[in-house]
Amino acid sequence: MNITVCVKRVPDTATRIRIAPDGCDIERDGVKYVLSPYDEFAVEAALQLVEAAGQGEVTLLSYGPEATQESLRSGLALGAHKAVLLTGTPDMDGWATARVLASELADDDAGLVLFGVKAVDDDQQQVGPMVAELLDRPCATSVAAMDVAGDAVTCRRAVEGGQEVVEMDLPAVATITKGRYEPRYASLRGIMMAKRKPLVVKPAPEVAPGIAVESLAYPAERPEGRIVGEGTDAVPALVRLLREEAKVL
Amino acid sequence: MADVLAVAEVRDGVVQGVSREVVTVARGLADALGGRVDAAVAGGRGAGEAAAALAEQGADRVLAIDDAEQVDVRAVAVAEVVRGGDYGAVVFAATGPGRDLAPRVAARLGVALLTDVVAAEVDGGRVVVTRPVFAGKALARVRALGAPALLSIRPNVFPVSDAPRTAQVAHVAPSGDASAGGYRVVGFEESAGAALDVSEAAIIVSGGRGMKGPENWHLLADLRDALGETAALGASRAVVDAGWRPHAEQVGQTGKTVTPKLYFAVAISGAIQHLAGMRTSGVIVAVNRDAEAPIFGVADYGIVGDAFEIVPELAAAIRTLREQ
Ligand SMILES: Cc1cc2nc3c(=O)[nH]c(=O)nc-3n(C[C@H](O)[C@H](O)[C@H](O)COP(=O)(O)OP(=O)(O)OC[C@H]3O[C@@H](n4cnc5c(N)ncnc54)[C@H](O)[C@@H]3O)c2cc1C
Ligand SMILES: Nc1ncnc2c1ncn2[C@@H]1O[C@H](COP(=O)(O)O)[C@@H](O)[C@H]1O
Repeated sequence: MNITVCVKRVPDTATRIRIAPDGCDIERDGVKYVLSPYDEFAVEAALQLVEAAGQGEVTLLSYGPEATQESLRSGLALGAHKAVLLTGTPDMDGWATARVLASELADDDAGLVLFGVKAVDDDQQQVGPMVAELLDRPCATSVAAMDVAGDAVTCRRAVEGGQEVVEMDLPAVATITKGRYEPRYASLRGIMMAKRKPLVVKPAPEVAPGIAVESLAYPAERPEGRIVGEGTDAVPALVRLLREEAKVL
Repeated sequence: MADVLAVAEVRDGVVQGVSREVVTVARGLADALGGRVDAAVAGGRGAGEAAAALAEQGADRVLAIDDAEQVDVRAVAVAEVVRGGDYGAVVFAATGPGRDLAPRVAARLGVALLTDVVAAEVDGGRVVVTRPVFAGKALARVRALGAPALLSIRPNVFPVSDAPRTAQVAHVAPSGDASAGGYRVVGFEESAGAALDVSEAAIIVSGGRGMKGPENWHLLADLRDALGETAALGASRAVVDAGWRPHAEQVGQTGKTVTPKLYFAVAISGAIQHLAGMRTSGVIVAVNRDAEAPIFGVADYGIVGDAFEIVPELAAAIRTLREQ
């Protein structure tokens, strides 16, 4: 079975975010980019499933700027077989992104299409289930572990209070969260081999936007806090402040 | 003029508290759009009657969608309700179940979904929202271009307000068939201890690597218990990576984003990825033995000292207070 993993290039989680002069985007210069952390779990899940089956290929699919090629090469270095980049700017528009990705996936023969549970830049948790609807395939979200048997996949979903077990007929879609899959590191050999793996770059199809970003702003600074004191002596004062000043107890 | 649909959340037949926030937001939008609020309740039988109480927050009508337990069936049913009405906006809760449901409904309707909304208004007849992006390092003001506007609201952000009506309950049967979609819920395994999800708790007691090991978590659990049943345990990633606590409790950029009214960060340094998940909490209390720890930069109140001494004292003092 072939597996396609949709991956997004996002600012590194430690990067400082500065708003661009136009007020609608962030400064892109000087930002360090990575594959979104949950997408790394999804890539790992795909590699493990294909390895366990002893056959099949893992394809990476991304919609983003030209520079995304770098992130795709890093995914190929982990063991994915090939990659496709649809060039364009996703602009925080999950519905537009879903339609772009679905257009490419419509004739894909993958038994499973995997997503991260969320991209850590716009954090929408929506692209995976939207693509599934567009492709008319079942979709399990927030999946911590998967097992394929025959024409079905059993997913363990991380939900409130425990794990829900869901069975889906293939082909199917899943969004992956932290659980069974610990992302591997690229080996030197993997990095060398990645350079020769196929990476197709083509413009993304035009889709009408679903949203318009009007402006970006910095969140209000938290008011200056205070150290109530040191050691257990400070406990009564803290409790009094929480009750009388903050009124939360 | 347009109506607003509030999609209530039901679990095990119980209408969840966050539904009142959803209806409150829907009421505000409906007043601006000059329409009615319908509360859709998709769950087991009987949930519709229980949801009649949502009239308190301004629901004019309750639409009980019976026998739509599974998310794929619920999505079909909610989309049908939306198509059958004249809705300018549909409001969901950005909880686990809400995040699972809302994008499916959006795709079925062919419109965008604005998730994790922290402010919503009507401007020029259109819904415009504010939502955090880049892990809360910026806030985006976003306009929905399609109609209706679909949004999911972050729990604990919108104060519930009362706008009482008397709501009739109408029952709707979904046309979807639970077995047709190739999706089957076949089991559930409860995990120990996680009574209340960290992303929905009003109070969170989070522990970091400075707690030294899972065997010391009873100290934090005791503080949680002292704070009452709206409190839950949280953890830093260092703790989750070490296998001391489950990932479900992780707060931060690769864990849950939380907005409780009170957040205790105990023996947590305050790395940027942790702050990303909790900096919009109402009141933040930090306990750390290092006075230079970055967590004190966002804390409203801090105590410098040893968590092993301070936490039990704190639990005792809060118990005494609550018993008064
Ligand atoms: C891609 C990425 C994603 C990440 N996502 C997350 C995330 O979602 N959530 C998250 O939390 N982190 C995340 N991190 C990790 C983050 O960078 C930090 O490593 C992590 O938050 C540190 O956890 P900690 O504060 O518990 O541990 P430490 O940084 O080790 O801090 C322990 C603290 O405990 C204090 N201490 C020690 N002993 C005591 C005592 N007896 N009493 C009181 N205080 C004591 C110390 O002074 C110190 O401040 C992420 C990192 C990356 C790279
Ligand atoms: N531009 C994109 N290109 C490829 N995959 C994407 C893109 N945006 C989102 N995704 C996928 O959808 C998941 C959820 O994204 P989001 O809905 O934005 O939180 C991500 O983890 C990716 O797997």
